Amino acid sequence: MREALDPWTFVTAAYLVGVGSTLAMVAWSWLAMRRAEKRRDAVRRR
Amino acid sequence: MHGFANPARFLRIARWLTPLCLLAGLVVTAVALGWGLFVAPAERLQGETVRIIYLHVPTAWLGMAGWMGIAGASFAEIVWRHPLAAIAARACAVPGAVFTAVCLITGSIWGRPAWGTWWVWDGRLTSMLVLLFLYLAWIALAQASRESGREQSIVPAIFGLLGAVNIPIIHYSVIWWQSQHQPPSITLGKSAIAGPFLAPLFAALVGFSLIFAGVVLARMRAILAEQQAEARLRRKGLEIA
Repeated sequence: MREALDPWTFVTAAYLVGVGSTLAMVAWSWLAMRRAEKRRDAVRRR
Repeated sequence: MHGFANPARFLRIARWLTPLCLLAGLVVTAVALGWGLFVAPAERLQGETVRIIYLHVPTAWLGMAGWMGIAGASFAEIVWRHPLAAIAARACAVPGAVFTAVCLITGSIWGRPAWGTWWVWDGRLTSMLVLLFLYLAWIALAQASRESGREQSIVPAIFGLLGAVNIPIIHYSVIWWQSQHQPPSITLGKSAIAGPFLAPLFAALVGFSLIFAGVVLARMRAILAEQQAEARLRRKGLEIA
């Protein structure tokens, strides 16, 4: 006997994981880059 | 290619290419995933769960491409001693690991309704899990080399080259061993996937690839800026002493 599973629950979970991780990685990489370049410029000005 | 290994030339190009790749990647990926979710049809046997393919396949390819990036950069580091090669390898590791983890998690979520189980220890799934462990080990090794002041160490580069052995194992695992996972659907020149599924899949692959490129460029710029700041501080310290 097959279980009655709602396919959209699985699709939603997969998209939340995939999109959430990708956006978090993009935001983290961009902010880390801006922070590092600001620090380098500050050190150069000193 | 060798000309781009100059950090100043790289920065001139990366300054405009990084936001361009990230913005274009986010837009193309949003369109592709919207297309896959709301426009593409459900599949005859798998129904709506086939929509997970638009996340699972691009992240699987990029998880493997990330390690090939590490291996290529490691080769350039060992053979030509390019100043940017080690930085490029470090920049590929985190997005590669993230996409490999996303591939494993979305595959597991897809496996429950499709196979009736979250996980099986077959060749494809296990070799992909090994790839995630290789990424984590590589990141730890590169970090340890940096913290111990041996930034020029080629040990991570050798590990990067040796780890590439796992990539053909992942690819051929569904051919060599009995597997729950389906055999390759897309090979050079032909596809077993019908057009209405293939078009959004291709768009998602382009979008995620642009995001991957943008993240690698952003991480390379961050690592380069950290190194330049540290070098400047060291020089100043020496001048004062």
